[in-house]
Formats: sequence, C-alpha cells, structure tokens
Amino acid sequence: MRVRRLAAWTALPLAVTLGLVACGSGGDGGSGESNPDAAVRIEIAEPQHLVPTNTNETSGSQVLSALFSPLVDYDEANKPYEVAAESVTSSDNVTWTVKLKDGYTFHNGEKVTADNYIDAWNYGAYAPNGQNSSYFFEKIAGYEDMQGDAPKAKTLSGLKKVDDLTFTVTLSQPYSEFKTMLGYTAFYPMPQAAFSAPGVLAEGYEQAPIGQGPFKMKGTWQHDAKVEVERYDAFPGEKPKVAGVEFRIYQQLTAAYADVLSDNLDVIKTIPTENLSTAATDLGDRFQQSPASSLQLLAFPTFQKEFSNPDVRKAISMAIDRDEITKSIFKDSQQPARSFVSPVVAGYRDDTIGAAGTFDPAKAKALYQAAGGPSKIELSYNGDGGHKDWIDATCNQLKANLGVECVGTAEPKFADLLTKLKAKQPVGLFRMGWVMDYPSMENYLGPLYSTNGSSNYYGYSNPEFDKLLAEGASAGSEEEAIKKYQQAEDILAEDLPVIPLRYGQNNFGHSTKVTNVEMDLFDRVDLLKIEAVK
Amino acid sequence: MFRFILRRLLQMVLAFFGTTLIVYALMFAGQGDPIQALAGERPVTAAQRAYLTEKFHLDQTGVGGFFYRYFDYVKNLLQGDLGQSLTGRSISDILAAAWPVTIKLALIAMAVTIVFGVTAGVLAGIRRAGIFDNSTLLLTLLVLGIPTIVLAPLAQYFLGVRWQLFPPTAGADPDLYALLLPGIVLGSLSLATALRLTRTSVAENLRADYVRTARSKGLVKRRIVSVHVLRNSLIPVVTFLGVELGNLMSGAIITEGVFNIPGVGFNLFRGIRTEDGPLVVGIVSVLVVVYLVSNLVVDVLYAVLDPRIRYE
Repeated sequence: MRVRRLAAWTALPLAVTLGLVACGSGGDGGSGESNPDAAVRIEIAEPQHLVPTNTNETSGSQVLSALFSPLVDYDEANKPYEVAAESVTSSDNVTWTVKLKDGYTFHNGEKVTADNYIDAWNYGAYAPNGQNSSYFFEKIAGYEDMQGDAPKAKTLSGLKKVDDLTFTVTLSQPYSEFKTMLGYTAFYPMPQAAFSAPGVLAEGYEQAPIGQGPFKMKGTWQHDAKVEVERYDAFPGEKPKVAGVEFRIYQQLTAAYADVLSDNLDVIKTIPTENLSTAATDLGDRFQQSPASSLQLLAFPTFQKEFSNPDVRKAISMAIDRDEITKSIFKDSQQPARSFVSPVVAGYRDDTIGAAGTFDPAKAKALYQAAGGPSKIELSYNGDGGHKDWIDATCNQLKANLGVECVGTAEPKFADLLTKLKAKQPVGLFRMGWVMDYPSMENYLGPLYSTNGSSNYYGYSNPEFDKLLAEGASAGSEEEAIKKYQQAEDILAEDLPVIPLRYGQNNFGHSTKVTNVEMDLFDRVDLLKIEAVK
Repeated sequence: MFRFILRRLLQMVLAFFGTTLIVYALMFAGQGDPIQALAGERPVTAAQRAYLTEKFHLDQTGVGGFFYRYFDYVKNLLQGDLGQSLTGRSISDILAAAWPVTIKLALIAMAVTIVFGVTAGVLAGIRRAGIFDNSTLLLTLLVLGIPTIVLAPLAQYFLGVRWQLFPPTAGADPDLYALLLPGIVLGSLSLATALRLTRTSVAENLRADYVRTARSKGLVKRRIVSVHVLRNSLIPVVTFLGVELGNLMSGAIITEGVFNIPGVGFNLFRGIRTEDGPLVVGIVSVLVVVYLVSNLVVDVLYAVLDPRIRYE
C-alpha cells in the first residue's frame, strides 16, 4: 500500500528555536494571543482504520493521537516517560509491571482499568482478527499460540491482571526496551463498549472510537471528508490549548497546500514535492522542517560473490556524493545519512561509517580496483516510488568516479524486487527504505541486519553482531543496552552490508491562524502544543 | 423502436461482462503477490497472510483461480453487492456518498457548457468571420490545447489563492459557490467543443434553402434565427451534450482531486493510488453501467429530436 506508515520524530529543540518562536506573533491581523476556544484544522489522508491495533499509517494514527493518551511518550532526548502509566518497571527485562495512573476515564464515562489494556492487546494479537499492528505483540509470551488458522489460544498468556490499575506483561525473551515500545498506537487501551462480546469488536466502534485521551469524537468519522474531535474536559492529563481539531481529509497534497496558503487550512504535514522550491517564499517562517525517522539505503546482496568483499562495498559508498544528491535532487527535503540509525532515536551518533561516508573519488577508485570490484553495476529499484531520479544520479556518479558501467533497473513494485531477492537472483544493488516502528536503536538494527531479521534481504550474517543485539536486549538498563547496540552498529560500519544514504525529514507548513506547530516522533502534529492565534 | 431497445439491452449485457472482465483482469491478474503488494515494503506476518488469503479467496491459484474469483465477484455484483474495499468499507456506501457531489459538479459543468458554449456558438455562427468569431476560435483552441491537469491548478492558484475570488478547494458538503470554479474548469473542455459544434451547425443552416425562403417572405432575422435555425442546429449539439453528461458523471478524476471534492473520481483515484483493487473494480463496474445507459438514452433521444430517424 502506498500510504505507508511514516512515523517520525522531531528534534524538538531544533524546531522550537528555528521556526516557532519567530512566528508566534507573525500572523496577519492576529493579536498573537492564544485562543483556547478555537478549533484548528489539520490535513490528513483518509485513514485506513481507526482501531488502535489496526492503525499503522500516519493519518489514522494522527486521529487516534487525539482520542487516546499513550502509556509513555518521549522527551527531548527521545527517551520514554510515563503519561497514562504511573510506572513501567522490570527487574529482569522479562516480566514488566505496568501501573496505571488513577483518574483516567473513557469518553463514555467508563473508568480505565488494567482490563482495558489486556482486552485491547489480546484483540490485536489474535491472528483471525487480522489486525495490521499485530506484530507489535510478538515479543509478549503466548503470541505464537494465537497465530495460524485455528489458534490454540484466544488470549496472550503473558498478560496478567494484578489489580484494577496494575498488570504484568511477561515477554517470551528478555527485551530491555519494552517500555520504549509502549508509546506506539497499538498499545492504547479500548473500552468495554468497543466489544460486543469478549474478543469481538462492536460494529460501528471504528466510526466513532471511544478513547481516554485529551479529545473526544464530535459526531462520527465522515469518510473522505473529515473527522472532528473536541476537548474532553474530564481528561486528567496535560490539557490541550485548543477547543477541538478538525482533521480534514485530502486526496492530493497540492489541494491542501493551496488551502494553507489562503488560510483555509491550518496545518499541512507534508508540503508537496512540486511546491518545495517555493514553500520558503510562500510561507516564510511558517514553512518548517524537522528530522523524521525514515532512512534510505542502498543494499548489497552480500550473498553474491562480487559484492562479498567489504572493500568493494566501501569503495562504492565513497564514490557517492550524498550531499550533492540531497541538494540537487531532493532540494534539501531530506538529509544526507552516514549512520545506520536515525537521529531521532536515543543512542544515535553522527557519521558512524567514517571514511566510507566521505566522498573521495580518487581513493574510491583505487580501493575498488585493488579489491577487484565488478566492472558492471546494476541498481534495482521499485518504479512506483519516484526513485528514478536519484538512482540515475547515483549511477552517473559511480560511472564517473569508479569507471564502471552502471544501469538503473526498475521493478514494477518493491514486492517484485523482494521476490527476486528471495530467489537469490542477481539484482545488483537495490534500494531499501526503513521507517521505525518504535524509537529504539534496536528497531533499526534487529530486523534489518540480524541473521534471522524479518527484513534482512541481503543475506548478511555476523554472529558477533547477533550476539551484541541479544546482549543489548537483555541489558540491565537502557544506557547499557544502547552501549551494546552502538557496538553492534560499529560492526555494521566495518562490514557495510548496506550504504546509508539519506534521512527523511518532515517538511510541514501552517497558516497564519495557528502557532506552536510541532511534529512528534511518529510524524504527527503534537496536539497538546498547537495553539490558535486570536 | 421496442426491438431496437431490446437489441441494445442485450448488447449492453455483453459489453458489461466484457468490460468488467477486462478491468478485473487488469487489476488482479497482473499482480505477482497481491498480499505483499497490499503491505507495500513491510514484511507480512504469516497470520496476516492467512487472513487475507482466506478473505480474498487467494488460495485458488492460476487461471482457474482468477475465473473463480471473477465469477464470485460477478455473482455478488448481480445481487447488488459491490463488496468491500481493502480497508473494509462497503463500496456501495462509498459510492452512495460520492454520487451526489459528483452529479452536482457535472450539472454545474453542463450548465456552464450550455449557457456559455451554445450562446457563444450561435453568436459566432451568425457573425461568421467577424471579430467575435475569430477571437472565440482562438480562445477555444487555447482551452482545447491546455489539459485539465494544467488548467485546474492554474485556475486554483490564480482565482483561489492569489486573487481569492473563489475558495481554493470545495471540500465535503460544498455550497454552490465553492463548486463553481471546479465546475467551470470541468466544463471548459466540453464548452469549447460545444461552441465549435454550434457555430458550424448554425453557420451551415444559415445558408440553407429554408432560411432564404423565410427571409424572402419577410420574417425578422431574430425569428429566423431563434425558431428555425436554432432548432435545427441544436440536434448534433444535444447528442454531444448527452454523451458528455455521461463523461462528466464518470468522475472528473483530476478536477475532483485538485479541488478536493470527495466524489466518484476522487475515490477512483484513491483506489488506483492505494492499489485498492476491489474499490477500483467496483467503481468502474458502476461507471460502465452509467456509460451504457447514457449512450442508450442519447440514441433514443436522437430519434425523438429528428423525426427523419427511425429505429427498426
């Protein structure tokens, strides 16, 4: 599906200092004071689903972020802190105790209890329900028994209620960053009203989801038109600064952009590519950028002989001028990448690939020839994602700098590329993109490079790397875990199974009627911070 | 007449099955792994795969499996069940919500075409080779030369954003005013054609024998034009407009997208973009029917307008 989950994180300090301060009173005719009675209008696409465990794209998750309050959120250092949870603790990284804050109620008046979390997660994990975010529960004990056509169990054996406000989660193996995962949409609770019978979602719940968050539904989900929410006054947490939000559904971003220009819409989360070059002039300091979690890579099929030598891979990496491509092709809407994890997660370090990330054609050519790299390189990509331009540019750089032949080969879809890779057919280098599921280094390393990783399509396998990841997962503290993950990343920098190319970026804009627009970790507008200008 | 309609209806059944089969094949047979395509670049869990395989009958493979799914689809379709989109919404509901606004838009476009296109065409036809005729020729060539994909954003930018004469987008539940600009943009193409058609037809009829007779028996010019010439000149224009109405209804994909109008074209575009096969096939099946019916109506109307034509 093209509408992919683009979870993202803003470097809060950056966004705050760069743009937001300046535009506080910059509104046309606005007095600059915050108006708590006004509603704001935010652009989204038609959500695919509005059930927490079934929502894994940005539009749905943006709406749910208004209706639900997460167990944990992330601070400026991208570390989790408790919101709806009182505490999330574990002594052995296997059994986690979640204590809930008292006083939270669902919008229909129901008190939030441990059962609401257990019911919702069981519903999400049960395979026959076909929930999109089901795999988020795979670390919890008993997940395996709920899979397949006729699952053995209907509930996760790892979830136990202690009292009304406490429950324990037992994982199938130690995982030190379980708390970090809990900020994701899939871990919201659902009220009893959401179920018509135990484990059966009530018909119509999705049309007007009942949550325990700062906003409640105003009317129902009006498909293709809008979803409206209003402030929920009984919400015990941090109160939003606006009276409500209208999530307006757009099919084309250019239409939303035209509306922002004429103050008919308050926030556009992604400025369309064709308007990027003029956005700074059109919007002035109301055009903002912040780091996002996505990462673009060029991967080597390391199972192929000609790419099995790390020096060949390093030489190719050194022959690519990342800065030039991000500037001339992407108009600075993305940032050059020289590490394996995105700057939006704790533990990120600049420039971990070192010399391999420094553009040096002379050295690259010498290294390439010494290592006996192939004289012809193929770059495969999916033709439906707008990748042709940068692939061609990369090819031209390789031709000029390494003196090799280079062709870009388009496959219709990424799935077609995967099919070829699974059959170990020679596709040459191929492009990959990664968007995090939860803000942890592990999420950038485990699935992509561990021997059994779900997205390890390049046949990369390094026992030392696998060992460090396992040690990280069972580390006593987050700091220790990060240390292990960083060591693992250093191994990747040596082996270079993929070349990191670019980090994604949120390119967003807002009207003169709002201020304090910030994007959170998952590419959503922060609804607790946004203010309307009087 | 009755036999003609019956024959046409039988042809329509064939055409309907033919087109839906082709659309269905294009949408589903070309996919290597529809489940992976649905998930995009994310890995699909075994559970998810099993669930979708069962839901969309993907366990039947090969050509046999394709026809199995197609006939399953047609069977449901004949019972009035258009099925569900990949996101689980009923396609009938989607269409029910989308039609009213699309019809409204089509009618505005049609009104613009008739009021401006036909009037200007008559004027240009009467004053053939005059300044008005030549300038409209130039203008219509210009409009015919600019595709909607350029015209719509341009109109939106200048009339909506720059000079703020119209709201830049219409949105859901738009009022008449908000639909005016998209209507004009949508109607401009058929406006140009209608104008050229009316002009030629009027110019031709003005030279006809019966006009000379009318003039020589002393009728005033206005009466000659409005009663005799116009009535005869409009026959080709009306047929053109009939077919065009079917065209406009079938969803102005570009216009609805640019102006954010959640109509039929808007949904079709989303279906194509998100590779939502069931949604695309469902909408197109209904559009096929709309086309067939509007063509039939035009053919029948033709006989009503022009008594010389007889269907047997």
